[in-house]
Amino acid sequence: MRTSAGLLAAALLVLPGCAPAPNAADGQDADDQHTAAQITVFAAASLDEVMTTVADDYTAASGVDVEISSAGSAGLLAQLQQGAPADVFIPADEQTMERAASAELITPPTRRIAANTLVIAVPAGNPAQIRSLQDLDTSPAADSPESSPALVVCAEQVPCGAAAQQAADAAGVTLSPVSEELAVTDVLGKVSSAEADAGLVYSTDVLRAGDQLDSVEIEGAEAYPNHYPAAVLQGSAQPAAARDFIEFLLSAPGQRALREAGFSPGDPG
Amino acid sequence: MSRRPTVIMPRWVLFPAAIGAAFILLPIVALLTRVDPAELPFLLSSPSAVAALWLSLRTALLATVLCVILGVPLALMLSQHRFPGSGLLRTLILLPLVLPPVIGGIALLTTFGRQGLLGQSLEILGVQVAFSTAAVVLAQTFVSLPFMVIAVEAAIRGVQKEVVEAAVVDGAGPTQLLRSIVLPLITPGLASGVVLAFARSLGEFGATIAFAGSLQGVTRTLPLEIYLQRETDPDAAVALSVLLILVAVVVIGLTRPRTAPDALR
Repeated sequence: MRTSAGLLAAALLVLPGCAPAPNAADGQDADDQHTAAQITVFAAASLDEVMTTVADDYTAASGVDVEISSAGSAGLLAQLQQGAPADVFIPADEQTMERAASAELITPPTRRIAANTLVIAVPAGNPAQIRSLQDLDTSPAADSPESSPALVVCAEQVPCGAAAQQAADAAGVTLSPVSEELAVTDVLGKVSSAEADAGLVYSTDVLRAGDQLDSVEIEGAEAYPNHYPAAVLQGSAQPAAARDFIEFLLSAPGQRALREAGFSPGDPG
Repeated sequence: MSRRPTVIMPRWVLFPAAIGAAFILLPIVALLTRVDPAELPFLLSSPSAVAALWLSLRTALLATVLCVILGVPLALMLSQHRFPGSGLLRTLILLPLVLPPVIGGIALLTTFGRQGLLGQSLEILGVQVAFSTAAVVLAQTFVSLPFMVIAVEAAIRGVQKEVVEAAVVDGAGPTQLLRSIVLPLITPGLASGVVLAFARSLGEFGATIAFAGSLQGVTRTLPLEIYLQRETDPDAAVALSVLLILVAVVVIGLTRPRTAPDALR
């Protein structure tokens, strides 16, 4: 039985896209497989919780241990540039992946494993009665530019900040945020404490924040989703396992877990 | 007169001391090697960098002034006045020294924020602390005040009893004593308190980001700007880091407390 479990794990490693075997999660065998291999995944902070779930499923199915290291995308990229050992890289935007590609850190292809849309996060109960992006407009053409609600966004250097600017441009509104935060978590903190009336973040961020936040949809936001690209790293000691993990993210169980966490589907093609 | 190692310094101490010094110096040297001197003026003269430096200097200076105004009386009280719970009070006042600054920021938010303990009363008075430069100064003062209290308290405890008693015999009142005897004697301690408080304020990050926000020229101090630049322009982040180090070195060098003549050296 021990040998067959090992063989199964090996088979999964060499068969990219192989569906998880239904009986592989059984107690003792699964424990035994833990020694088979281990991969390290550098994932964007917003993926932290869902990646932990998916990694457990993957380990149960394949016997390959997955270690998740999550932080801001730029921080992860900086670590990789300094030679941090990892197998899979999943930043929160494609610009970061392009920078990783031009630094020759990844092995093509890049796969989109999930997507996310921008929403307006408001404190629970929406005290400032914000209904749309137009309510945050501060241009002279707006209804009441002087009494605009306190808005916080991400700084333009951060992925969520670039997306906020894109949304504002698409809607033709001028935003005058009281703060341009360094990370999406800082925006969430300001809104959930009701220090700000509104913040522009991704839909999954609001879901993760629990009942302290409500979200207001931005009209047309689906038109410019934010993609999460995944790629195998050049320095990977287990490229086959790394590729297999990315396939698992795109498989039905992987996509289901991501959908349950509020992400839009990836790009299986 | 040549200065020789005293009795309390056996030779083997040099070994861990050298490792300790290298542990601090090496990362700073490593940082300096990453700077391209030719590009430095260009990287440091961007509007966002200038705004961040100017804001940092202004707010750190204000926070230091607040630390002197509040910290010296606090240190006097803690060192001279014994009352029930004074030990506990002292412990609590030094709490920001050991708390992660981001917790300080959250605590300030629950105090001065719009939904905070004092926030609503402040709003009635027409004062809005949220997302203002005042919030940055509050955050810096919160984390820096304990440094001032510790430095001044130690200095006060070091004042010799006989000197004070002699002045009392001569008929000096408490305020006069404080002004003409105690304050001049604690000047070195006060000076190191000022340096520590200013340096701590200048480097403040966690409480500021959690409490004040980040907007160029209003709340985005130099440490916040460095963290942000790191996202897209690591070279600019390194250049700004060197600038912050330079400012810190100048401050420490200018105000380094002189050792008392009879101190162990």
